[in-house]
Amino acid sequence: MTAQRLSPPPALRYGWLAGPLFLLAYWAAASAVGLIDNRILPSPWVAISTGADLVRDGRLPINLLISLLRAAEGFVLGAVVGIALALLSGLSRAGDYFVDGIAQVKRAVPAVALIPFFILWFGVDEGMKIMVIAIGAFTPVYLHTHTALRAIDIRYVELAETLRIGYWRFVRHIVLPGALPGMMLGLRFGVMAALLGLVVVEEVNATSGIGYMIDLARTYAQSDIMLVGLVTYVVIGVIADQTLLRIERKVLSWRRTLVA
Amino acid sequence: MSVVRVRNLERHFTRKGVLNGVDLDIAEGEFVALLGRSGSGKSTLLRALAGLDHEARGSGLIEVPDDLAVVFQDARLLPWKTVLDNVVFGLDGPDAATRARTALAEVELNGREASWPYELSGGEQQRVALARALVREPRLLLADEPFGALDALTKIRMHTLLRHLSAIHRPAVLLVTHDVEEAIALAGRVIVLDHGKVAHEERIILPDDGEERAVRSLEIRKKLLVQLGVETTS
Repeated sequence: MTAQRLSPPPALRYGWLAGPLFLLAYWAAASAVGLIDNRILPSPWVAISTGADLVRDGRLPINLLISLLRAAEGFVLGAVVGIALALLSGLSRAGDYFVDGIAQVKRAVPAVALIPFFILWFGVDEGMKIMVIAIGAFTPVYLHTHTALRAIDIRYVELAETLRIGYWRFVRHIVLPGALPGMMLGLRFGVMAALLGLVVVEEVNATSGIGYMIDLARTYAQSDIMLVGLVTYVVIGVIADQTLLRIERKVLSWRRTLVA
Repeated sequence: MSVVRVRNLERHFTRKGVLNGVDLDIAEGEFVALLGRSGSGKSTLLRALAGLDHEARGSGLIEVPDDLAVVFQDARLLPWKTVLDNVVFGLDGPDAATRARTALAEVELNGREASWPYELSGGEQQRVALARALVREPRLLLADEPFGALDALTKIRMHTLLRHLSAIHRPAVLLVTHDVEEAIALAGRVIVLDHGKVAHEERIILPDDGEERAVRSLEIRKKLLVQLGVETTS
């Protein structure tokens, strides 16, 4: 007699699509029979045709491009500063004392809460928007990179000592590659934080971007345009995350966990 | 000429003395095994010789050559470097890669240069670690229970390999182990450490003849086990 299987069977390749597809089917069916009011939530086909119209008249592409640039600028700024400061505090004690304390305080302050001050300092235009996105992305990138740099396995430190390699060789060949998985994780969280920042700042006195498009549509109760904007945000998020995941797989090909 | 000279070495960790006056000499090309129960201080002594005990307090004289290499119980390969790059790491000179390839061939791992460490078995990883140590042509090889985590059959193969390679490269070797058979099989001299002191020393001179050799090995084994407090004299 074989033992009763207690662990779940192996997952099917596209099994995770079941839930979303069910939801989509329910939405379509409910819209078709009039269970969902079109003014509350437009049907999938209305959303698709509105999306196509928005693409054709150029409103979606131009707003998407502006939003993407905004998010990218903020993210890159936040990530570069985050990694630079993490290196400073992760590699030297003095840097640790000065930088890490400040970063830990910053961690407790939500980026969005800084918007009033940022408006005061940078005005209501692009500068403020990019700074809010940047500071949102900064925090996870800094924290994860810093933690990874500090958590270098003591066994590898000992190895480096017995190999009599100098400090910079140690940093380059052991500390940095060892911290790379943590940094990649920080970047992925950073992208998500940047997108959250993007959504928020585009509701604040924006005159362009996906958020502006949504806000404008809300004024006229055009729920189909609002929905298209929302889906656009989702698509941006998924593509950004997948891109980083791909980079991570490539850079960290030595890790068994990612091969499996 | 001794490669290693240790005089009256003491090491303490919070109150408890771990090494209480150790004297040790290892001659050029000599293979010494360091036996001891857990807590006897054998790893502490090895780490002191390797210069890895930055935080330890203590006194005494340690003279070791600059060109020493360490093999740890875990292979300690850098997971983000290929097998070849792990051996090359820390080597200088234009022929570094060639020397590393030769060293890998010596441990019978030619053809695995481009593999990642995780793709190797435990024994293979430890062979890479051995290649990484020997490619430097060290005057002193420190090995901290290098075969402790390997299965019995792999261990026997590793013994043969290490004996063969130390005969070619002739480094002085200090092998820390808790395996009496391993010590007898590999070393020319066995030192028993107890309570942070050298408690016993035994030269291992085995006759060539198979049967006499086995008998002599057993005698030495018994003697060492008594020293380790495992077997009584009766």
